[in-house]
Amino acid sequence: MASAINKLLDWMLSGLGLSVSADSAVGYIVAALIHITLIINLVAVGALVFIWLERKISGRIQDRLGPTRVGGKFGWLQTLADGLKLITKEDLMPDGADGFLFKIAPYVSFAASIAAFIAIPFAGGPYPWIAQHLNTGVFFVVAVLGLEVFGVILAGYSSASKWSLFGAMREAAQVVSYEVPLGMCAVVPVLIAGSMDMVVIGNQQAGLFTNWFIFHDPATFITFWVYLTCATASVNRAPFDLAEAESELVAGFHTEYSGLRWSFFFMAEYGSMLSVSILASVLFLGAWNGPIPVASMLGLTAANGDVPGYIGNLLGLLNVLFKGVVGVSVMIWIRWTLPRLRIDQVMATCLKYCTPIAAVMFLGAVVWQYNLPGRTFFGLLAAPQETFAVDEGWAALPTTTAEPAKPAMVERGAATSLAPRLAANQGRGN
Amino acid sequence: MDAIYWPSVFFLIFGALACGFALAVLLSANIVRMAFYLVLSLAATSGLFFLAGQEFVGAMQLLIYVGGTLVLLIFGVMLTSQERFVNMKTLAGDWVIGMIAGGALLSLLTAAAFSVPEWRGPERAAVENLPIEPNATPIGMGLLGARVDQIGAPADERAGMAGYLFPFEIVSVHLLVVLIGAAYLARAKRRSNPLPTG
Amino acid sequence: MTSSLLANLLTEPPGVAHYMTVGAVMFVCGAMCMATKRNALGVLMGIELVLNGANLNFIAFGSKYLDNGGPQLGLDGSLIALFVIVLAAAEAAVALAIALNFYNNHDSIDVDRADQLQG
Repeated sequence: MASAINKLLDWMLSGLGLSVSADSAVGYIVAALIHITLIINLVAVGALVFIWLERKISGRIQDRLGPTRVGGKFGWLQTLADGLKLITKEDLMPDGADGFLFKIAPYVSFAASIAAFIAIPFAGGPYPWIAQHLNTGVFFVVAVLGLEVFGVILAGYSSASKWSLFGAMREAAQVVSYEVPLGMCAVVPVLIAGSMDMVVIGNQQAGLFTNWFIFHDPATFITFWVYLTCATASVNRAPFDLAEAESELVAGFHTEYSGLRWSFFFMAEYGSMLSVSILASVLFLGAWNGPIPVASMLGLTAANGDVPGYIGNLLGLLNVLFKGVVGVSVMIWIRWTLPRLRIDQVMATCLKYCTPIAAVMFLGAVVWQYNLPGRTFFGLLAAPQETFAVDEGWAALPTTTAEPAKPAMVERGAATSLAPRLAANQGRGN
Repeated sequence: MDAIYWPSVFFLIFGALACGFALAVLLSANIVRMAFYLVLSLAATSGLFFLAGQEFVGAMQLLIYVGGTLVLLIFGVMLTSQERFVNMKTLAGDWVIGMIAGGALLSLLTAAAFSVPEWRGPERAAVENLPIEPNATPIGMGLLGARVDQIGAPADERAGMAGYLFPFEIVSVHLLVVLIGAAYLARAKRRSNPLPTG
Repeated sequence: MTSSLLANLLTEPPGVAHYMTVGAVMFVCGAMCMATKRNALGVLMGIELVLNGANLNFIAFGSKYLDNGGPQLGLDGSLIALFVIVLAAAEAAVALAIALNFYNNHDSIDVDRADQLQG
């Protein structure tokens, strides 16, 4: 992308008598800025849409209408009006607060939330749409998602309020605990794909929906639901939203926040909801591949040229975003359906149920892979073999230099040296 | 003048962040601020790991160190953060002795680092043409006892390059022991009455 | 020599020595933290810094992007770094449990007051 931008700049500036070399730094900086702008806009606009969606869905679930007035039909501008209200609010800070940490905490949360999108692919194929193609993408996303808790902890501590501190303590305990089963669940698709590269994982699920990893075997099917539970808990959504339990802790860690800083916390929350949903769709739900491979049926792949490949990637982007929005909607639906758990129940859910189930499902996936390599749940269609080749980028190992005979030689040597000794022993015994 | 080598710029940024926040940890007296600076310092270190081509270790650093260990540490800070413990001043005499010893150690280590010509950095042309090789799979195979990076080596050189299956098992058992031990140490105390009550 | 090194930093790749310098700064900061802080958790943070400074050296020696023909650790470097990270996590858990126990029993987190074994 950087070289393409440099070429474009070169072409535009050639009229002025200037030239830009193909590896100029300008292209890299512009490319980075474009990526970052897209990601921030995705999170910010996503938050606008999701907050409106949450209100509409909660309204419908509670037999209300939700917002109806602002912006004409369906009140779709309600969040924007809220945003305006929040910007004009006074930015309060409690007297005893630790000013520096209090001010920086929302940005820590928000930064961690958008940093996860750096390694998330939005369309696959040979030319994936991804800000930074990481070899350890899944691992990176899971790791960065765990950093959001810092903002919450700092906010809770620096607010100098009992409610905030309690909320932050609960959040710290909860997030650290739930990262264990979350990581275990994320490892299962990694195990099947043989790679932590999210583009490789997504590309392996091409074809009919029977190739999706959720339908790969019974273990992955259960793992998906455990993942959904743990993801809901790790982004602090009800029924696991102990950190902001309104009925007990006023508003938990953001009790003392108001105005724009408060809305940063909300953007971070909705941003990480979207990222865990997209992670779920990449790991389990076929990523950018629809249930029926429409794009490849119509020939919209990169093999048929640039423009069809681009359109195919656009369809993939729509797929990923659709799955992400569905995931977020499911979380909203759960929030307005289930009552909140107690803190000990939250911990019991994690340690007594999610972690053991995830561990057993990991074993189950191993056993399935070992006994039925390349076969999926439905068993009717063997998955396309070419997609199961692990493309890790490193060259195939030279097989000729491997010496499998070596351990055997050691054994033989031991046996030969042992035999006279045994004979001698027998002789002595006799 | 040569073109700017961008990894070097990122090295300077991450290195300065890591060193600066490490210094901030040292100089700050507020324990919560210290924890915050430590988070940033270790995150910048993971950036250095990524820069050195060790993506897996960098992500591991973020996941376990920054996401796990430090959350635990901050948890401990909050559990013990009473007013009189948040700001604990170090005595001036300690500072002087520490600065002398630390400065001597730092100058020694830095001088040692730059005294070996092979360590001063490769030629630019040599590095720029290196292929990008992911190392997550070799690391995983190494932990399972197979050194895929050493397959091409002659047999006599390979003798000392064992896999890491045994240390991996030891670490796993060690973690389990630590888990149980920490839970036992930090369990809620039942205040038993020291005197037997008839 | 030092000035030319600094001038080269922007145009030439960083080497093992540069990583070692960063590691040395972190190591020294950590060691001084351990020596001067009175809060037990501050001492713990110093240990984390020391471990990270050492880890940086392992990573630097294991990376082929910093290699200038010197002896290399290769994969061993990253594997040892992984073990260091895991053991640091274990160490932090135990040390934290000890610190919390100390706090429960003595109502203080000042390591200077942990002197009962002196008799």
